[in-house]
Amino acid sequence: MADRVLRVCALYPDLLNIYADRGNLLVLERRCAWRGIGFALTRVGVGDDLDPEAHDLFYLGGGQDRDQRLCAADLQEGVGDRLHEAAARGAVILGVCGGYQLLGHAYALGDEEIPGIGLLDVTTVREDGPRLIGNIAIDVDLPGRPDPGTLAGFENHGGRTRLGPSAQAFGRVLSGHGNDGRSGLEGARSGRVIGTYLHGPLLPKNTWFADWLIETALDDGRPLAPLDDRLEDAAHDTALRAVRR
Amino acid sequence: MGVVRAAGAQAAARLTARACRIAGRGATSLPGKVLLRLDPAAIGDLARRLPDGSIVISATNGKTTTAAMTAAILEADGRSAVHNRSGANMAGGIATTLLDARGDIGLLEVDEFWLDGVAAALKPRVTVLGNLFRDQLDRYGELEAIAQRWRVLAQSTVGQLVLNADDPAIAALGRGASSPIYFGVDDSRIGLDAAPHASDATHCGTCGTPFVYERRYLGHLGIYRCDVCATRRPAPSVVAQEVQLDGVSGSRFELVIDRTASIVELPLPGLYNVYNALGAAAAAHALGISMSTIVVGLEAVRPAFGRGESVAIAGRALKILLVKNPAGANEVLRTLSLEGGPLDLLAVLNDQIADGRDVSWIWDADFEGLAPTIGHATCAGTRAAEMALRLKYAGVAPSRITVCEDLPAALGAALDAGMGPLYAMPTYTAMLELRRELVRRGAAGDSFA
Repeated sequence: MADRVLRVCALYPDLLNIYADRGNLLVLERRCAWRGIGFALTRVGVGDDLDPEAHDLFYLGGGQDRDQRLCAADLQEGVGDRLHEAAARGAVILGVCGGYQLLGHAYALGDEEIPGIGLLDVTTVREDGPRLIGNIAIDVDLPGRPDPGTLAGFENHGGRTRLGPSAQAFGRVLSGHGNDGRSGLEGARSGRVIGTYLHGPLLPKNTWFADWLIETALDDGRPLAPLDDRLEDAAHDTALRAVRR
Repeated sequence: MGVVRAAGAQAAARLTARACRIAGRGATSLPGKVLLRLDPAAIGDLARRLPDGSIVISATNGKTTTAAMTAAILEADGRSAVHNRSGANMAGGIATTLLDARGDIGLLEVDEFWLDGVAAALKPRVTVLGNLFRDQLDRYGELEAIAQRWRVLAQSTVGQLVLNADDPAIAALGRGASSPIYFGVDDSRIGLDAAPHASDATHCGTCGTPFVYERRYLGHLGIYRCDVCATRRPAPSVVAQEVQLDGVSGSRFELVIDRTASIVELPLPGLYNVYNALGAAAAAHALGISMSTIVVGLEAVRPAFGRGESVAIAGRALKILLVKNPAGANEVLRTLSLEGGPLDLLAVLNDQIADGRDVSWIWDADFEGLAPTIGHATCAGTRAAEMALRLKYAGVAPSRITVCEDLPAALGAALDAGMGPLYAMPTYTAMLELRRELVRRGAAGDSFA
């Protein structure tokens, strides 16, 4: 076994996987493997126990409304509390799309309210009006990085997400809709807990962010070896061009 | 709508068709759009002129090929079909098809999203529903939204319902319908070892419990049951058994209809085409066409445009395998892996509206299985770099990958990069572009006769 191991927990991968979330996990796995870093993936489904100590990075993807409801109910059965414990000990938690909404307080769909776990001070509401769909680019500031970095991706969500008083946005929209199509803000971040609407998937064409996640989750003070990212950079550039088209 | 006004609308649509042809453009949708603007009831009125009624076919994957197979059977039966062969499958395309065609029976593939509206106008005699997979989520929205519309539809003007028993979301549409015909595969040797990554409808639509799969054939298609509410795969009356897949050339299976069996040598590859054949056979059976005629028709079928079509070019055989979504791509990849390696790939990923602007789906397709057998991969299209990246993360060494966005240049590079067959996997607009380039090079005939 390698002396460095990234321990990743994919939450509800059978239900929250609609926008090829698997691509994000694959990128983490390969970029660890290419550097000789071990990678341990645990898949946690509805009804399973979650050990908050056993993972460095927790991932929640996107799902259809119906599947998101099933996950929301399970999160209320103790799994959400475990995630709060994991966040408190410094684990990285990344929620994408539906996963982002579940990290907030709640998602209101007409008369119905899907409860979230409140790790991020955000609330999502399904409003009349079209889904927010399209290519998107955002600038983000992250701890340990002197300059803002650009992320390119695709968003497709019916919910409009509002930041609460203690919330900080994850990024500023360069082009696209973001949280609500109005505020110019995208996602939310509280320490190492991050929620975003960017899929596409997010990590393959934003490898600097994938590496930030790996480094932050490992948290061992050792830098990551550089990789040959020419194809990754080309994909990032074409995604940015698609935003401007 | 008065008769005079309807006639005027049709005349205007014909004029539009002529103008399109003079302008050198295809006339597959616009005339019908003009017609429907002037006479919204045109589809229903035109369809009523067909003495044998209409067959409507919809699915995420396999609409065009299932319709081509049904057309071959109808031809073998001596019937002339009014068929939207070009694949123009929204209301405008269907109205165009019906406008001037003469025939006994309508044979119309219909886009999933347009199905309820078109069926309400057409009042089909037979409706074949093949499958529902995640597809172009930026355009179609969540799968569940279409499933919900189809549930309403299934209780109304669909005529004889023909349903895929192996797709839980499709089979559920038969509940409450009057004697639907189910088709499915019964073969213990061709199941998948594990669920593909992009499986849809894996949870019971009635009670939300994960389905237990006794066998999985393709995506979420298989023999399933819910242990909580007793929902289960209905027993099909049109069945494929003893299935033998023969790489990209074709397959052989035993077709059983109401317990009568006959061997079919299908000239189209892959298990997905066995499903398409079952849908076509069940539709023909619903019309009372005999088993022997069904088999003659299926064995005479030719690949639909860009779907398994083979073209000779620069001393190589170029096989065009359209891919649009993870489920379809997975079946193409599975079929290719039966060929053995090393094989050369021309993967063309576009992100136009008709392809889906969101290219996420390629990360759901299982390129990992094919990666070790890839000799050289040329990636083209507006998102060529993302395609290349997908192959790299699937395990293809970057030294085996060429990125060239421009399709004609990429085709040249791919043809020069090796010998033997070249397998092209284009998205929809890329397939049209590739075919135009093949026509320009004199390697393929024109798109639509």
